[in-house]
Amino acid sequence: SLVKGLEDKSEFELDFWRDATEVDTPVDVRVPFFSLQSVKMYLESQGIEYSTIIEDLDLLSRLDSNLSDQEEMDSAARVAEPRNTDNFDFSRYHTINEIYSFQDMLVAENPNLVSKLVIGQSYQGRPLNVLKFSTGGANRPAIWIDTGIHSREWVTQASGTWFAKKIVTDYGRDPALTAILNKMDIFLEIVTNPDGFYFTHNNNRMWRKTRSPNPGSNCVGVDPNRNWDAGFGGAGASGNPCSETYRGPRAHSESEVRSIVDFVKSHGNFKAFVSIHAYSQMLLYPYGYTNTPVKDQAELHALAKKAITDLASLYGTRYRYGSIINTIYQASGGTIDWTYNQGIKYSYTFELRDTGRYGFILPANQIIPTARETWLALMTIMDHTFKNPY
Amino acid sequence: MGFGIIVFLAVIIGVLGSPGVTSRPEAAASADVSAHPNSVPETPEIFGQEKVLVLEEVEEDVMMTGELNPNQYPAQRAAKVVQHYLNTCYGSPYRVIGLNRVHSGNAQDVTDSGRKFQLEISVQDFISNKTEKCSAEVFFPSGGQQRSPQVHASCEELPKINTQAQEEALYQKYKTNQSRLSAELPDSFGHIDPDMEPLWHLGTVASSFIMLNESTENTLYNMAQVANITQLATENEQLKFDYHILLHEMVSQEIIHWKLLFTWSPPAGVKVLQMEQLPHSHHHEPLNTR
Repeated sequence: SLVKGLEDKSEFELDFWRDATEVDTPVDVRVPFFSLQSVKMYLESQGIEYSTIIEDLDLLSRLDSNLSDQEEMDSAARVAEPRNTDNFDFSRYHTINEIYSFQDMLVAENPNLVSKLVIGQSYQGRPLNVLKFSTGGANRPAIWIDTGIHSREWVTQASGTWFAKKIVTDYGRDPALTAILNKMDIFLEIVTNPDGFYFTHNNNRMWRKTRSPNPGSNCVGVDPNRNWDAGFGGAGASGNPCSETYRGPRAHSESEVRSIVDFVKSHGNFKAFVSIHAYSQMLLYPYGYTNTPVKDQAELHALAKKAITDLASLYGTRYRYGSIINTIYQASGGTIDWTYNQGIKYSYTFELRDTGRYGFILPANQIIPTARETWLALMTIMDHTFKNPY
Repeated sequence: MGFGIIVFLAVIIGVLGSPGVTSRPEAAASADVSAHPNSVPETPEIFGQEKVLVLEEVEEDVMMTGELNPNQYPAQRAAKVVQHYLNTCYGSPYRVIGLNRVHSGNAQDVTDSGRKFQLEISVQDFISNKTEKCSAEVFFPSGGQQRSPQVHASCEELPKINTQAQEEALYQKYKTNQSRLSAELPDSFGHIDPDMEPLWHLGTVASSFIMLNESTENTLYNMAQVANITQLATENEQLKFDYHILLHEMVSQEIIHWKLLFTWSPPAGVKVLQMEQLPHSHHHEPLNTR
């Protein structure tokens, strides 16, 4: 019955190969990597003995394969698992594991430019991976970019993947990016809400929030873009756990948020912070929680205008721009309100394509055009940050 | 550095500036200005090779009454209501209208009654890609009763686009069919089978009746997905459908499920018979997700 209890823990995503039907017969369970620690802790706390019969299932199936080399290659091609980031298909939407593999490959291929930091764990124990692009120095002034904080906004994680490849491709080739990276670091978190992202692939394509349970409620999850300590508790977020804009029990309650907060504070030298969402085609600056304008409003407004002009130069995609509260709606506890109040002047939020025709389910053939045009706007912001130190 | 001069410009221009984009005559000579109506001329170089930020606009607090800033949400939300209205009037499997742009807007309180918006907008037919400028009026009634907005719009050109042959062919194709047709338009990856596109368009048009009904000054609706289509027996020469659709409401960020029973034929267009909001069971998490 204790093992039955394990069956009920759906968040571990366990796969029972041999079920618990009789007492005194062993039960075989396949445990996904991210649940391993939690499952071991559970078994130990319940006094259940366990042993590992297969250490790495994926490795075993590959080693065990009877396929010839050619069959192996064909099979891999059909499964579309790229061997390097040059063979990664940016014009398709990928699963969380494919993106994690991409990150590791990118680091392996560019060891002098890219490293992977794990800044924390999601609620369900998934790693919060941040790619650091750096040519050296110690704690250089830095730029932050995140995608996928709202898991259903798939064009953002897809664009983030493209940005990562773009950076390594353009360093040493594009003068503007090279100049930036010679003096500044870029940090990129592609799957900022991994539990939510997994859920959109396997359960509910429209899932937005984290996957943390809410005590006393059937409803799961907190809106990670209402959970920051900026105007927290005020109008522009919900106190209802069932709401898509639920702020959470307290500011930074979500590990996905707290990990970034801790990282940014301990780094102490971020100069720009860009959080990427979809959809609406907007470039937004603080505040969302109040209509008091930010001190740097004139500059942020002018820079936004320049950035969206550059974005439009590629395909004519029209963006609106302005403060969050004036352009889209009042929103409290938002990411860039917090980062701006930390002194990170160039704090922006993007809302990528489109304006509602496809919405969250943007066709895959728009991923690369979206990423390319957005990159122009990002370069404008990064370039201005670089040329206007503070 | 140059930064001091930027601030100086901001002080001067900020005082004189007006909301909205102003075009800069000297930039018109730039070779980079594209013919696209949406592009903004590049700011000219002032200091050597450095491009300088010219701080010419000052963003104002959100305007709720009087002349509206077309880029802010009040005019945008009202304009979206016009989109829904146009689709209820003119939409078809081969004509789906989208809001392109808000050029200008004006809002007034109507004492004890509600608020009226006057708008100049551009709309686009997604299928022919033709755009048209229209004038429109949206009235949001106030008070306890949950009454839908009232819209008047003059968009004369888009309805004239000829879709007759395609509509007739579609009608014949489905006239004798009766079955569950498919799920999920688009699918998770944004894909729609070309054969199914007209039925996706039909879903957008039929959804527009709901979205028009449900809209207020505090909402902004788009159809997120067609979850399921069941075709029922053709009745009185009208194709009859039962659609399960997902709407996305931007302000609350909620996904709202609706069931929609409607008929369509080329001469009659879409007629909604029944609309029913469905409770969403995402609150009740299933234990076994496989």
